[in-house]
Amino acid sequence: MEHYNMNLTLKVWKQKNAKAAGRFETYQVKGISSEMSFLEMFDVLNEQLIAEGKEPVAFDHDCREGICGMCSMYINGRAHGPWHHNTTCQLHMREYKDGDTIVVEPWRADAFPVIKDLVVNRNSFDHIVQAGGYISVNTGNAQDANSLPIEKQKADDSFAAAACIGCGACVAACPNASAMLFLSAKVAHLAYLPQGDVERKERVVNMVHQMDKEGFGSCTNIGACEAECPKGISLENIAKLNREYMVATFAGDR
Amino acid sequence: MPLNNRIPAGDLDTKWEKYKSTCKLVNPANKRSIEIIVIGTGLAGASAAASLGELGYKVKAFCFQDSPRRAHSIAAQGGINAAKNYQNDGDSVYRLFYDTIKGGDYRAREANVHRLAEVSGNIIDQCVAQGVPFAREYGGLLSNRSFGGTQVQRTFYAAGQTGQQLLIGAYQSLERQVALGNVTMYSRHEMLDIVKIDGKARGIIARNLVTGELERHFGHSVLICSGGYGNVFYLSTNAMGSNVTAAWKAHKQGAYFGNPCFTQIHPTCIPVSGDHQSKLTLMSESLRNDGRIWVPKKQNDSRKANEIPADERDYYLERRYPAFGNLVPRDVASRAAKERCDAGYGVGASKQAVYLDFAAAILRYGKIEVGKQGLEHVSEADIIKMGKEVVASKYGNLFEMYEKITGENPYEVPMRIYPAVHYTMGGLWVDYELMTTVPGLYALGEANFSDHGANRLGASALMQGLADGYFVIPYTIGNYLADEIRTKSIPTDHPAFVAAEKEVFDRINKLMNIKGTESVESLHKRLGKIMWDKCGMARNEKGLQEAIEEIRALKKEFWSNVRIPGEVNEFNPELDKANRVADFIELGELMCMDALNRNESCGGHFREEYQTEEGEALRQDDKFMYVAAWEYKGDSQFELHKEELVYDVVHPSARSYK
Ligand SMILES: Cc1cc2nc3c(=O)[nH]c(=O)nc-3n(C[C@H](O)[C@H](O)[C@H](O)COP(=O)(O)OP(=O)(O)OC[C@H]3O[C@@H](n4cnc5c(N)ncnc54)[C@H](O)[C@@H]3O)c2cc1C
Ligand code: SF4
Ligand code: FES
Repeated sequence: MEHYNMNLTLKVWKQKNAKAAGRFETYQVKGISSEMSFLEMFDVLNEQLIAEGKEPVAFDHDCREGICGMCSMYINGRAHGPWHHNTTCQLHMREYKDGDTIVVEPWRADAFPVIKDLVVNRNSFDHIVQAGGYISVNTGNAQDANSLPIEKQKADDSFAAAACIGCGACVAACPNASAMLFLSAKVAHLAYLPQGDVERKERVVNMVHQMDKEGFGSCTNIGACEAECPKGISLENIAKLNREYMVATFAGDR
Repeated sequence: MPLNNRIPAGDLDTKWEKYKSTCKLVNPANKRSIEIIVIGTGLAGASAAASLGELGYKVKAFCFQDSPRRAHSIAAQGGINAAKNYQNDGDSVYRLFYDTIKGGDYRAREANVHRLAEVSGNIIDQCVAQGVPFAREYGGLLSNRSFGGTQVQRTFYAAGQTGQQLLIGAYQSLERQVALGNVTMYSRHEMLDIVKIDGKARGIIARNLVTGELERHFGHSVLICSGGYGNVFYLSTNAMGSNVTAAWKAHKQGAYFGNPCFTQIHPTCIPVSGDHQSKLTLMSESLRNDGRIWVPKKQNDSRKANEIPADERDYYLERRYPAFGNLVPRDVASRAAKERCDAGYGVGASKQAVYLDFAAAILRYGKIEVGKQGLEHVSEADIIKMGKEVVASKYGNLFEMYEKITGENPYEVPMRIYPAVHYTMGGLWVDYELMTTVPGLYALGEANFSDHGANRLGASALMQGLADGYFVIPYTIGNYLADEIRTKSIPTDHPAFVAAEKEVFDRINKLMNIKGTESVESLHKRLGKIMWDKCGMARNEKGLQEAIEEIRALKKEFWSNVRIPGEVNEFNPELDKANRVADFIELGELMCMDALNRNESCGGHFREEYQTEEGEALRQDDKFMYVAAWEYKGDSQFELHKEELVYDVVHPSARSYK
């Protein structure tokens, strides 16, 4: 890979805490290598700010390999930036060229209040899972793993849905700030599996109810969530969720 | 205090069964009034918190991320071992036990490892019941692959995202207990001290990372499940936040630290690309099932990989270790890569890399596909295309990750890889019941020193974390808590809580008031460089002595010149980091002391003075067949205690993978 250095202008959302008003701050960074990751570029910025005696920019991150779902930047109007099927931490600077201006904001949704700068509170996702995103099996209750064969296709579909990293990009990308893609991924993960059958109806109804309670918007089939999802969680999961929900509520036998 | 490992008497293969049927129990009514604190929600912590909640204990669980689902376990890629023998290839509890003891270069406890192998099968059952979507064959049954240091296929996996799927399973069980009111979850909280009353662990001081406030929490017992300390090297495959603080505070409160110098350097990671590097990315060991590792036969060969003909390539692992080939254990593979690069055969711009090549596997799988589909007259290009699809189905996410980071397509050119710090076998010393030397204080998962000896085999950390949390602690903790049922919850205005909080408060303020000139990050980087250069893949007496001096000097500099922006009572990631790096510096010193003390080479601990003529690790069983358990005695003062390792069943021999 061809390697080069660049100077960039960053417009970054700064907000002291949940209550304070926020604003954009403009920074210049120099000598950014095309081999850096986007977050390493932010490391450079923060080191520079600390050296200047200023406050660094707060942002969430942990694994830096696209799996923990912690990183969450809205970059030039796109959740996790321009690359397809990608998290912020896996975006690399070879995407940019010398002189570019990059605008960085936090996820924006009522259900994700800002904690500081680019850091938001996503506890609402945990609450949705608490409402039923599990199979009720206590430790020690399990039968031999191979006593329950599962069609490979179903296991693969279940895995594809379970690959969701709970980052919230789907919510940030959605004009309605809906959490349907996240919720549907969890429902589908468990609904494809025979183990998930017993609690199937209750699960979907309770989780949908909890999502509404958390203040997420409703789904109007725009599809921005799927387009920005770093893990390629498909809209088909939402279709599946709707079917599950219909069956659960229509039968009326909850 | 003499070390008592509390290993039950009796035959190795009946110890655990016997223990389980004779240990003390706590009845359901009493469980409801007993509180347990769990630090960490990775595989070890989440499985423990969920299982203890299910049993009826009142659990408080803590993690520093914004959700328990994001613990570092989420990043584990390759798989989890279990002695199921589903492949009918000769696996058994004994073989998993034996492979683990041998892989650990005879520095682990037989009783613990045997128990681990015994419960390994239950883990897979439990995870499948929770809905973990492991990879399956067309017949609907579970699929397996191989990992290093074994000759059977016992690794269960979910593409390259096994840790994610296992953790989501444990997380969901945990959230279920939260919903039922049995577990209270404290995310974005960092434990900063253990509170001891009358010698027993009785609670913690934690900092709310959003508001900066210090909180006191009581528990009849405290479980440290805070993960490993590989980030002492600054660059490692660990998540950025992984740290030693919880374990280190426990150590300073009296818990001995076991084998701190035992570090695992993983052979297949994406090489460092420049000074800006903030972490290193693993390319799972599972890739060694199909990838072949090589360097050019010629030194300083500047040709591109694809321009080097087959007979000018040195498949050095296959050459040196024909029996295990590319699947030798990690320590062996890492040293072999270093040896080739140091000798001038390295590849890539930095020359600090070797190739991991999938061309042969792609061709092989392509041909198998052609056979399966009964096709005829298929062009080589089509065979390769089909082969690539098979490889993508096995390792797709890893290949994508590689391409995002390096900008190179590993389906077309071999990956460049180099060893990197990955895992720490050392950790808090625990007895058979997973209790540290502080009564009521336990350590689970990577945070304890337990089962992997001097080198961990691939896919065994996930197994151990879940064994500890699902199947060991629910029994062993009862044996302690049965005698605590009369202890009422201790109010947190108790003088011990007040004093502990004050100490934490003072330390934080001291840090904030230094107002020096150097950032936490740059001091951490400097620590990492000392550790990597002198306490890394190869160590020697002189280097370790220098490292200790350098770390002491760095510690002084840290405490007189660190600069932490912002304020105490707010969300302040720089302060969080400073708290962690301060502890890493103290740990680094102890690691070097331990490495200096251990005048032998074993597993991941390679002392240059102790090697065979072929450059293999040379153990000194007569002098070092022990666990080094260090007691904290004050600033830079540590006292060594030895737990002799007794091998009743396995006979330690020189490890050979030839
Ligand atoms: C990239 C990578 C791939 C891996 N792949 C595999 C694999 O394929 N197979 C395998 O067997 N092993 C693998 N491992 C190793 C394995 O993932 C880890 O050893 C294991 O997951 C550790 O689990 P744990 O529960 O002990 O700790 P972790 O998962 O690290 O969890 C630590 C928890 O402690 C919390 N914590 C830490 N400090 C504090 C504090 N002071 N206060 C409050 N909370 C705190 C954190 O928030 C977190 O919840 C891999 C490791 C890496 C780095
Ligand atoms: S569905 Fe996709 S975008 Fe939404 S939380 Fe899951 S991984 Fe993130
Ligand atoms: S930091 Fe973990 S997904 Fe980006």
